[in-house]
Amino acid sequence: MTAFLVRRLLAAAAVLLIVAAVVYGLFYLMPGDPASLACGKRCDAAELAQVRQTMGLNRPVYEQFWTFISSIFAGHAYDNGVGTVWCSAPCLGYSFQSDEPVTQLLTQALPVDVSLVAGAAVLWLSLGIGFGLFAAMRPNGLRDKATTFVGLAFGSVPIFILALLLLLLFCVWWQVLPFPTFVPFTQNVGQWAENLLLPWFAIALTFAGNYLRLTRAGVLEALGQDHIRTLRAYGYTERRIVARHAVRGALPTVATIAAMDIGGVLAGAVFTESMFGLPGLGKLMVDSASTIDLPVITGVTLLASFLIIVANTVADLLYAVLDPRVRIS
Amino acid sequence: MTSTPILTVEDLRISFGAVNALNGLSLELEPGRALGLVGESGSGKSAAALSLLGLHRGTGAQVGGRILLHPRPTGAGEIAEPVDINTADDETLRRIRGRELAMIFQEPLTSLDPYHRVGDQIAGVHRLHFRSGPDEARARAAQALEQVGIDARSKYRAYPHEFSGGMRQRALIAMALVLEPRVLVADEPTTALDVTVQAQILQLLGRLREEIGLSLILISHDLAVVGGNVDDVLVLKSGDEVERGPVREVLTRPQHAYTKDLLNAIPRLDAELPTRIAASAEPLLKVTDLSVVFPSHRGSAATTAVDGVSLELLNGESLGVVGESGSGKSTLGRSIVRLQKPTSGRIEFAGRDLGSWRGKALRDHRRDLQLIFQDPASSLNPRRSIGDSIAEPLIVHGEKDRDRLRAAVDGMLERVGLDDSLYHRYPHQLSGGQRQRAAIARALILRPRLVVCDEPVSALDVTTQAQVVKLLRELREEFELTLVFIAHDLAVVRQVSDRIAVMNRGRIVELLPAAGLHEAQDPYTRALLSAVPELPVA
Repeated sequence: MTAFLVRRLLAAAAVLLIVAAVVYGLFYLMPGDPASLACGKRCDAAELAQVRQTMGLNRPVYEQFWTFISSIFAGHAYDNGVGTVWCSAPCLGYSFQSDEPVTQLLTQALPVDVSLVAGAAVLWLSLGIGFGLFAAMRPNGLRDKATTFVGLAFGSVPIFILALLLLLLFCVWWQVLPFPTFVPFTQNVGQWAENLLLPWFAIALTFAGNYLRLTRAGVLEALGQDHIRTLRAYGYTERRIVARHAVRGALPTVATIAAMDIGGVLAGAVFTESMFGLPGLGKLMVDSASTIDLPVITGVTLLASFLIIVANTVADLLYAVLDPRVRIS
Repeated sequence: MTSTPILTVEDLRISFGAVNALNGLSLELEPGRALGLVGESGSGKSAAALSLLGLHRGTGAQVGGRILLHPRPTGAGEIAEPVDINTADDETLRRIRGRELAMIFQEPLTSLDPYHRVGDQIAGVHRLHFRSGPDEARARAAQALEQVGIDARSKYRAYPHEFSGGMRQRALIAMALVLEPRVLVADEPTTALDVTVQAQILQLLGRLREEIGLSLILISHDLAVVGGNVDDVLVLKSGDEVERGPVREVLTRPQHAYTKDLLNAIPRLDAELPTRIAASAEPLLKVTDLSVVFPSHRGSAATTAVDGVSLELLNGESLGVVGESGSGKSTLGRSIVRLQKPTSGRIEFAGRDLGSWRGKALRDHRRDLQLIFQDPASSLNPRRSIGDSIAEPLIVHGEKDRDRLRAAVDGMLERVGLDDSLYHRYPHQLSGGQRQRAAIARALILRPRLVVCDEPVSALDVTTQAQVVKLLRELREEFELTLVFIAHDLAVVRQVSDRIAVMNRGRIVELLPAAGLHEAQDPYTRALLSAVPELPVA
């Protein structure tokens, strides 16, 4: 177990290093000059050179990359033209655009996605597993077909359409919910939830269909197995068999996919965030990409990769927890 | 013997759509008695067993006739008056299941819930029927485990995958016992198990009958298994009863030809051996100090599957390899056809080192070395027709002409006793015996010199088993094959082998001529011999 985690940690470090290198590499292959973007339209050659100097863009790529990596661990002193600013470890540099520390941008954005995923995952798992079990109780019956169809329908609608529809219904026509803005959990729990209700449902409804199908298929497969026959032969009710025993066969798969989906949403729900105007990692990612803001792009990408690696590791651990035959070493 | 019966079955009929599985079975089971239901697959015996617990409900099978369950004379139990299981409401049926009639199945490996601890599963059954508290249920489950010879202290919290097949079947019997049912329906309870384990389970069932007066319905394709463990036998064929009577009577003076066939098919240790085919003096296969070690994987310790085995096989000879599961016999077989890389040691085939072949040379030599597997249902590609599967080895080895391929396959089909109309059928459309014949055809179509048969008949009914064994004997002569015949049942092995190697824990503990089995010295060999179920002598 410890050996497993240590190995995963080392692998994660290697992956993050490669990701950072690829982002840097891509950055220099792309057209566009971040210095002139940052400098603005009326910018003469001298000013541009000054900006380059400040941004560190005049140094060789490998040197910039090394500075970037080393400052994560050791911090880095930046010369902003007026004086020196100390960026303490873990330092991911400063945004070319806003001059804010990247770590600060990330720590502002991450709570949005954590809030998004916390509610959405609870919803989509309850909806997906619940209706999956409901559908599996009488396979191919009316309620099975109806639930499967509805799940598929929601899953097929692009999330920005669904988001628009929800906004239209709840905020414009019925006016029962406010247009979402992000209120931190620590500030006001009620408002936090109220504002996130629509984004939660948008994500959950899109995802739940998948979980419904996974649960239904896993349960139906389990229902044909010998150990379920044993339960029937000992007088267990069908309802109990489905809800307590057959569902166990579906859970490892559901948990694995869930961990990865949660990782995916955490790492930036681009559409949801922009539809509901939430300042999360997805928005940060889009904004930084459109302004070629290298430190922010790298920072967001690294954090996203890290979250996905963590999610995968959690998925593997869950697999072992949910299936006693799987051992982790 | 006129005590009140527990169960009265009248004119039980079962059909699956247009297929009739059972055509009017009537029987009566008295307390403490044991009844054997015997027949080949397709005889309707399992369908009958499932109907006794109403387990066909919701499956689309039509069940007719009456299955009357009488209440306990003491007034205890779930019912106060006779109940017809066919017409009982779901709730009544649910309360009867396990509590009055308990069932154990052919598949002990998969019949326990893999996600829950063994002890908890047994306790769960107790709680369900007796509405007992967790402590009492746990105590009763532990008691039931002890009753079947499982140490509850150390094994209560184990998961099914930590148990061997025999242990799992014991646990399932414990699950039945915890409810103190009157009847145990055992559907092929030992077919998936080694002979030695089979003997232990049968002994356990006998002991429980004696100790707690359990009635038993024992279902098997093998009259020898049923023989020593029941009072009466009922022989079924294609859904019809062909014979019934006290077990001694039926076994020693069978009236019906079908019963006689079943009896003759049983592999016996005292059966006359076929005349031995003279093997040439030159060795074809020489195994020297072979070891196979599986490195530790995912937390499990390294296992030495084969531990310093040496043996020599003459050209045209047939060697039987016997042992329980885990003895290393399959690993040895796979190493001989080079599907398993040995950890150390040397295998020479026709004077050359098997390990030295690589790439194309190895592929060319594969033609000489073939393997027949235990379960043809999974070793034949389900998405490929039988004919295509048999032709494939020829195609792999370069035959392209369609007519020649078809002729070769047709010839081979005929040779293994299959009609050439089966060419375009798929494995699931064939019976177990037909599938194994097809697998043999596929192995022989390249005219190999050495064939390793890994438990080729242990998934088959005794009658089919006898036919396939006979076929292998004929083919061995006709194709001048050298055979390695791997099985857990000594009585089967000795029918096809000139010499028999007995394996235990990766080592060959004894190597005997097939004719000299009774002179076996090694205690392990003697244990295997005594585990073979014996028929009462006429």
